[in-house]
Amino acid sequence: MKDKKGIIIAGGIIGIISVLLVHFGNPANMGFCIACFLRDTSGALGFHRADVVQYIRPEIIGLVLGAFLLSLKNKEFASKGGSSPFTRFMLGIVVMVGALVFLGCPLRMVLRLGGGDLNALFGIAGYAAGIFVGVQFLNKGFNLKRNYKMPAIEGYVFPAVTVGLLALLIASPAFIFFSEKGPGSMAAPIIISLAAGLVVGGIAQKTRMCMVGGIRDMILFKDNYLLLGFISIFVFSLIGNLAFGFFNLGFADQPVAHNDGLWNFLGMALAGWGSVLLGGCPLRQLILSGEGNADSVVTVMGLLVGAGIVHNFGLASSAAGPTLNGKIAVAVCFVFVGVISYFNSESLFKVNAKASAE
Amino acid sequence: MNTVDTCGMSCPQPVLMTKKSLIENPEGIDIIVDNNVAKGNVQRFLKNAGYNAAIIEKGDVTVIEARK
Repeated sequence: MKDKKGIIIAGGIIGIISVLLVHFGNPANMGFCIACFLRDTSGALGFHRADVVQYIRPEIIGLVLGAFLLSLKNKEFASKGGSSPFTRFMLGIVVMVGALVFLGCPLRMVLRLGGGDLNALFGIAGYAAGIFVGVQFLNKGFNLKRNYKMPAIEGYVFPAVTVGLLALLIASPAFIFFSEKGPGSMAAPIIISLAAGLVVGGIAQKTRMCMVGGIRDMILFKDNYLLLGFISIFVFSLIGNLAFGFFNLGFADQPVAHNDGLWNFLGMALAGWGSVLLGGCPLRQLILSGEGNADSVVTVMGLLVGAGIVHNFGLASSAAGPTLNGKIAVAVCFVFVGVISYFNSESLFKVNAKASAE
Repeated sequence: MNTVDTCGMSCPQPVLMTKKSLIENPEGIDIIVDNNVAKGNVQRFLKNAGYNAAIIEKGDVTVIEARK
């Protein structure tokens, strides 16, 4: 009961901080969005040239460093990696494609609902469906094999890189792109965003908050621990949005969203299925990256590169809805995830299991 | 006693491996975990499944003895 109280309080703090970030300048219903913020960061570095979504988001830096510092203090920091790294990289791309067809990571999906955006309901339904499919493969023995101890320095490289990103943000040299209009130009002051990231990074490290784990563990083990965090974020962001007058119930004219129900569903189904295979949602991958997990760093690199591909190839949805290219990409990604799921499931693909038996 | 080695496996494999092994060995098993997340998750699962869990720290890893 004590740890359940902890995750509910954690969800509450994350929900309230998310609303505060919007109050201080972030785009509506985007206090936090791991997919959007990695996409903005990718754009700021010039990996894509969509000039409305380019900004080095301090929240990302804060999340990684918050998790890094707390894991050092807890003695939970450990350099490890080597669990199917390239598959994880590709799954990172896949999850980004799904998220940007929906327009938000699983965390923003919950925050959108808390802001009254009912399109998120299609996203949540798709997300649950994608998780359900992924769980079927888990039950057939899906796994990406073990990770191993890495040299201690390996785990410190990514947190150091995020410090470098912070330096680039503050120095803002000419080669870094910053949006002058659109969502990328809307941001809370750096110090507030960074502090919010640090606090949420610490909380998420401590509680293992994960937006895919909630539904997954409920289906697999009837364990509601992580789901309580998911629900708590929704409830408290709803309260916060009502208090600040941000709440706007309906399907039409929602901020940074479209109302094509089918593609909201399919985008998040893809993100959910991919996240189950990865063992955690994009937020969780960032937190693990701070704790020394090189496989999660590789996944975050996949998300970052995925964001570049999504915008360079015209895959991202807009307020007008999904694009044809985006729909084709989702279809291709479903085939890819299906193949990955099948060939890594030990009771489906037995040759593989036998060959790698230890 | 049957032993399940979950070292290096990502979520939710340690709990899945525990669950599967307990179906085959309902009287009890030993589970080796190498991080606090897996340790907490396996302990919570054992509690929900009605098992007692004794914790033995062994250097880098922890052994959880699950018994009916």
